Amino acid sequence: MSPSGAPIVVIGGGVTGLSAAWWLARAGHRVLVLEKGVVGFEASGRNGGGASHYHSPLFHEEQRLWPQMDDLLGYPTEWRQERVIFALTPEHLAYYRYMASVGRELGYGAEDIDARQVRELVPLAGDTVLGGVHLHYGGHANPQRTVQAYAWALQDLGGEIRQHTSVNRLISRGGRIVAVETSAGEIGLDHLVVAAGPHSQRLLATAGLFLPLGMARAEMIVTEPAPLMPVGGADGHGLYGRQTLRGNLAFGGGPHEWLDMDADGPVSRPTSPPTSPLTRNLARRVAELLPKAAHLRVIRSWAGIVENTPDGRPVIDRPADPGNLTVATLSSVGFGLSPASGRAISQLVLDGHCDFADLGRLKLDRFAGLAPDWREQRGWTAAPAEVAA
Amino acid sequence: MVRDPIALDGRIPRPGDHAQVLVVGAGPAGTAAAIEAARLGARVVLIDENPLSPGLMGLDAPLWFGGRMTSAVQQPARMLELMVAGNPAIAEAFEAGVDVRLGVTCWGLYAPGPGLAALPCRMVGLSDDQRSWMCGFDHLILATGQRDVAVAFPGWDQQGVMGALALHSLLNRYEAFAGRRLVILGSGDLALQTGLMALERGLELVALVERLDQVQGDPALAAQLTSAGVAIHLGQGDFAVQGGLDGVERLTLQDGTQLACDTVCMALGGAPAIELLDAASGATRNSPGGRIPVLDGLKTSISRVLMAGDCTGLTLDAEESGRAAARLAVLGEVTVAALPSETPLLAYQSAWLEPVREDVVLCQCETVTLGELLDVRAPAYLGPSTEQSKARSLATLLQDGPPNQDQIKRLTRACMGVCQARRCREQVSLVMARAAGLGPTEGPHAGHRAPVRPLPLSLLADWEEGAVMARDWDVWFGIEGAWTPHHWIGTDRAGTQPPSHPPVESDA
Ligand SMILES: Cc1cc2nc3c(=O)[nH]c(=O)nc-3n(C[C@H](O)[C@H](O)[C@H](O)COP(=O)(O)OP(=O)(O)OC[C@H]3O[C@@H](n4cnc5c(N)ncnc54)[C@H](O)[C@@H]3O)c2cc1C
Repeated sequence: MSPSGAPIVVIGGGVTGLSAAWWLARAGHRVLVLEKGVVGFEASGRNGGGASHYHSPLFHEEQRLWPQMDDLLGYPTEWRQERVIFALTPEHLAYYRYMASVGRELGYGAEDIDARQVRELVPLAGDTVLGGVHLHYGGHANPQRTVQAYAWALQDLGGEIRQHTSVNRLISRGGRIVAVETSAGEIGLDHLVVAAGPHSQRLLATAGLFLPLGMARAEMIVTEPAPLMPVGGADGHGLYGRQTLRGNLAFGGGPHEWLDMDADGPVSRPTSPPTSPLTRNLARRVAELLPKAAHLRVIRSWAGIVENTPDGRPVIDRPADPGNLTVATLSSVGFGLSPASGRAISQLVLDGHCDFADLGRLKLDRFAGLAPDWREQRGWTAAPAEVAA
Repeated sequence: MVRDPIALDGRIPRPGDHAQVLVVGAGPAGTAAAIEAARLGARVVLIDENPLSPGLMGLDAPLWFGGRMTSAVQQPARMLELMVAGNPAIAEAFEAGVDVRLGVTCWGLYAPGPGLAALPCRMVGLSDDQRSWMCGFDHLILATGQRDVAVAFPGWDQQGVMGALALHSLLNRYEAFAGRRLVILGSGDLALQTGLMALERGLELVALVERLDQVQGDPALAAQLTSAGVAIHLGQGDFAVQGGLDGVERLTLQDGTQLACDTVCMALGGAPAIELLDAASGATRNSPGGRIPVLDGLKTSISRVLMAGDCTGLTLDAEESGRAAARLAVLGEVTVAALPSETPLLAYQSAWLEPVREDVVLCQCETVTLGELLDVRAPAYLGPSTEQSKARSLATLLQDGPPNQDQIKRLTRACMGVCQARRCREQVSLVMARAAGLGPTEGPHAGHRAPVRPLPLSLLADWEEGAVMARDWDVWFGIEGAWTPHHWIGTDRAGTQPPSHPPVESDA
């Protein structure tokens, strides 16, 4: 704790901010999380729940921590280890087998399996399966339960969460961030963690920092429950998703829609953006992936907003200037990585470096010199409106 | 202008099906709207989901049928005949040149706007019992009426406990009601009228049961019932329904009196059917009569989407409002002003909820009791609660902020089932309002989501999707290099291309 007694302030009550705050509280520090709405109501409560990010420097820590999270937090996350990914086309099969080979190279158990083995592990699959892979690592958890588990565990350690409190700008003095201006007045701080998802770009700009992000909507659908399969973490055929422990099939994938930002964030309010007719294309692919579930009813669809950096990889960084600021945007892979990203962030805040992973490639300055119109150059902007109001 | 080659824009085709004026719901408001719009020269499509598929009825969608249907509901042709015979306005609409489509459900409304700019036009999702498709529209009139509201009591999960609107539908629309001896819950106008209708249809009306100490509806209607020998039991806070293999067998009053019956019909008022508007992020708000659309005249917050009839929650003449909506759509004329219903239905429903004990199930689909809701208990399949979990409750959550029904849904699963919360949306909100010390009209609202009817994957699926959708389908954003293993970066393997993330079909 700082001599002044001011807390470490975290902006954003998503999985990233909450996990970071929880790790900081575990280390005995005073933390305050500011959340503009309800914890986990943005991407953190709306994602596929997948946790198999073999491409990330945080992968080993992700795999090490997840099996312990229920015990560490004291609340259930619905974590289940292992995944089956299977293909209906030779191209997909080649890709999934490549993914498994990377897993093996990293020292994890993964087997190529044939169609019959797929159907044993995933009985709702059908005759159209060509084959797949069985990963003994990776897995999935329930996003909403996990968010709440972090939030409650943080409170159990004395951490404070202020919901319905939104930060408008960062206030700097003498090369440091000294406070944030919020909807409930100014709040002084010792160290600031910005983990505000798509909003991080706008917030950091108020302190003169450039975090390039493109915002897009991604959609999912969910069915009524099916009997539990031996492996619930089953997907493929261009879909990501899982069977929940209740039995529901929840899947997403396919084209995203780029969104524009205004001062209030992505111009797609309220918090729950509407879905599109993509629901039908998702339904088709789930019916193809799991033909024995094709009779199950779709009972909901939902969408969430994903922020992407130009290279599609997270930023987890404590820039040299100002010295008391840590930035984290997880750029579309933040749920699964959250146990590890939170720990990494807490180490950056407390020690200035992370001792279990090389975060060198996740620094903010890799985007220095990026053209200001980089989003336009890639077409990462909202579609031109075709329909007049 | 550069576009991301795999984004959604351009991938949702303009539907082949299109209506200048599309009317959803062939009740009095919808048929009047369709006929008026056709007379004004518009090309009109009028759809209604009746006759319903027996599958939906079995799920209590859209009304709370409670399993009291005869096998007549298995004969769609006969149901269709009865439905048309019983509603002359449908024939009139045919004659006026309206494209009338029965047995067609509208399960989604999609309006282009900020966040949904990729849509090529305004459209709805439709389905029949064979397939689903999209239909574009210039103007949409929602005349979706009301749906049943349920309030739990001991035994309410028995077969044979049903809603009054469902009973009206089974008796009047389909001649397919399977019960004979009826107890009605409530004594408002809906309950009294339902009782009189039951008598007229030759059913045995055993009694009306009212939780409050006074009859709530028109005394003249109540007098008609009592003079026909029907008892109205008042002040019944603590009654229960018992049943056997075929569902309801009797209702036991609080003094122990047993009323033998096979059906218990809850008639505490309906809720405006706002699902389509709400799921499309159209504005809605609380009112004494329940959750209602925010309207400017008959205009919703979504451009070119109007509402008419009971789904507005306004006190108005259904047919007149339908015609006004049609004139507004076709001619752009301003409409009649009407005030929201002030009938304090939510307060009344809340009073019915008062005596419910903690072991009574509130959410039937997910089997969540009142006690589990108040404890914010994780479902049993997650194993025994930890000490930390036991210390958490709705009361502790409320210390963190105002009640949020979507949050409670996610944690307890109440309202997350296959009936899409038709049976528990209102009561969970009322329970939460009370726990937060709020009035019944200050409760939270659980948002609706498309599809607003539970539809099978195979039926909802787009089996004719465009080639570009299939060609460029990617599991995620397809950002080059984003998934290159971290330990390869900076080595000579960094450029290694994974096997191409492939097209599913290559006929584009
Ligand atoms: C459909 C979908 C599927 C996905 N599937 C997966 C998956 O399977 N696996 C995976 O790992 N990841 C997945 N993701 C990505 C993952 O959900 C996100 O990377 C992750 O949730 C990011 O968490 P976060 O805490 O960084 O950001 P967010 O969840 O966006 O949280 C940021 C929080 O900050 C708050 N906030 C913003 N601005 C302010 C302000 N000014 N003041 C106060 N508070 C503010 C917001 O309200 C929000 O709660 C998916 C995402 C989507 C949308």
